[in-house]
Amino acid sequence: MRKVFEKIYLGIILIFMYAPIVTLIILSFNSSKSRAKWGGFTLKWYTRLFSDQAVASALVNTLSIAVLATIFSTIIGTITCIAMIGLNSKLRSVIMGITNIPMINADIVTGISLMLLFRFLHIGSGFTTILLAHITFNIPFVMLSVMPRVKSLNFYVYEAALDLGATPLYAFRKTMLPDIMPGVVSGALMAFTMSLDDFIITYFTKGSGFETLSTLIYNEVKRGIQPEIYALSAIIFVVVLSLLMIIYRSPNNKTKEK
Amino acid sequence: MGKSLITLEHISKSYDGQLILDDLNLDIHENSFVTLLGPSGCGKTTTLRIIGGFEKPDQGRVVFDGQDITSLAPNKRQLNTVFQKYALFTHMSIEENIAFGLKIKNKPDSYIKDKIRYALKLVNLEGFEKRMPDSLSGGQQQRIAIARAIVNEPKVLLLDEPLGALDLKMRQDMQYELKRLKEELGITFIYVTHDQEEALTMSDHIVVMNQGYIQQEGSPETIYNEPENAFVADFIGDSNIIRATMVRDELVDILGTKFACVDKGFGENKPVDVVIRPEDVELVAPSEGTISGVVTDLTFKGVHYEMDVEACGYEWLVHSTRLSEVGTKVGIKVDPFNIQIMNVPVSEDEEAISETI
Ligand SMILES: Nc1ncnc2c1ncn2[C@@H]1O[C@H](COP(=O)(O)OP(=O)(O)OP(=O)(O)O)[C@@H](O)[C@H]1O
Ligand SMILES: [Mg+2]
Repeated sequence: MRKVFEKIYLGIILIFMYAPIVTLIILSFNSSKSRAKWGGFTLKWYTRLFSDQAVASALVNTLSIAVLATIFSTIIGTITCIAMIGLNSKLRSVIMGITNIPMINADIVTGISLMLLFRFLHIGSGFTTILLAHITFNIPFVMLSVMPRVKSLNFYVYEAALDLGATPLYAFRKTMLPDIMPGVVSGALMAFTMSLDDFIITYFTKGSGFETLSTLIYNEVKRGIQPEIYALSAIIFVVVLSLLMIIYRSPNNKTKEK
Repeated sequence: MGKSLITLEHISKSYDGQLILDDLNLDIHENSFVTLLGPSGCGKTTTLRIIGGFEKPDQGRVVFDGQDITSLAPNKRQLNTVFQKYALFTHMSIEENIAFGLKIKNKPDSYIKDKIRYALKLVNLEGFEKRMPDSLSGGQQQRIAIARAIVNEPKVLLLDEPLGALDLKMRQDMQYELKRLKEELGITFIYVTHDQEEALTMSDHIVVMNQGYIQQEGSPETIYNEPENAFVADFIGDSNIIRATMVRDELVDILGTKFACVDKGFGENKPVDVVIRPEDVELVAPSEGTISGVVTDLTFKGVHYEMDVEACGYEWLVHSTRLSEVGTKVGIKVDPFNIQIMNVPVSEDEEAISETI
């Protein structure tokens, strides 16, 4: 009996969580423009979407920002973690605490403060400002996934490499890097995902005349919603979902579960 | 023993304001098997790390083959280390582990292959080339660590408690293997252990350390038979260490009874410590002994019996192959050669040491 209730309960929760998205995905295949009526299956919204110039350029913007932000934030975050090896554990946890704050900070606060900072520094808005903003908010996520790896490094192995004649850099590459790599990879995937689906911070730092997919959707919706938007949102959902699944299945998480 | 190969001159080292090594001086000869012996935390690993170049001394110099190497990076030193904790490269196969140092030195592939085979044979792990480190037992891993070090043909091999994690049988096998290895390679071994038996069986030269000081150094026989102070006597095996008075040369007053001994030069009526090894205490008939007492405890130890004998207010530890039941009255006799006289500690540090015993 209890089992049945458990299942029903779980079912209801899942329906609540996923009904909106399922609706959206179904509507993206609806040939009727009406939201209430099923007019038959179609892919025309998808084809129309891909021929839309604005969508194409927003997609390019989104992807290039996500890729660049991922590269920079991964490098910066990883180097920061490695640099913290030498610190004592108390100082290390203080620094980790400080870097974690932006993560729990409301996006809107981060967005507005970054916008103000960029204005103050006279950094032209658009691609550069969004990229800088994304790098900023991604670094803590990278560090969060790299730091546990760094903490569990075995220094004797590094010293053993030095002992056998390796230069410090070679010893690092051969002994420490392979150990922290899973953390770096999952940090990078996380950063990429965060960057792809960010709206608020992007919105506040983008200035005018520059759109990414999320801001584009927002603008379109303001003008009255088009089925192309359903298609676009469905694609974003599927991409983000698959990325999250890759992160979840990455070796970093696997060893942590052990 | 050959010429001096490594010299530590006035080495001091402290961590967080705590002095770990204090003005340490040590001379290590070529082709010798030197063991640093001492209780946990006495600074053995620290000394080894200074020789290996992983720590810099606050003061003092490390001289290798006539050259000052105090600030030379570890990768430039002609020595290799087998670490206290397993330090194999876990994501490389055994083969790659052993080849690591040789590849850095750009040795040709055929040479590396030969070396790997030779080293694995030496440590009795032939055929393990393709295995991964975590598929090996603790003892096997440690042997691979040794193989990985020796293929580089170092002049000196540093070993930090390499047998610490092994069981007794395995330890004994490995002790034998290491000694054989040392003979075969003809290089200098600097060995760290806190196991006195291991030190006695394996070394040419033992350095007994405590609290960052060298307490005594010398051959295993010297350390065992002629300990210079109570700490060394106690650390190297079980002992009867008794506060006594040197009446004059060759006569010592132990617990109110005068015993003949062979030591001279301690002065007259001076307080001293005497060491008598439990196997040197002879149990005889009560009338034949220098002093007499009663057996209070008896334990069978395999090779011998261990007995406690209460005599003159001191509990004597006795090892003998002949059994005396608890409650038996016995006499105690000690050969003058087996009474080792030591100076009573003078400095506060030494005082602290003898109090902890
Ligand atoms: N990196 C470090 N930072 C602070 N203290 C240290 C450090 N390394 C060693 N010590 C301290 O120095 C002292 C000597 O340490 P060391 O490792 O040399 O001892 P050891 O003789 O090798 O002992 P064991 O037999 O337990 O290995 C210890 O009290 C230890 O706590
Ligand atoms: Mg140690």
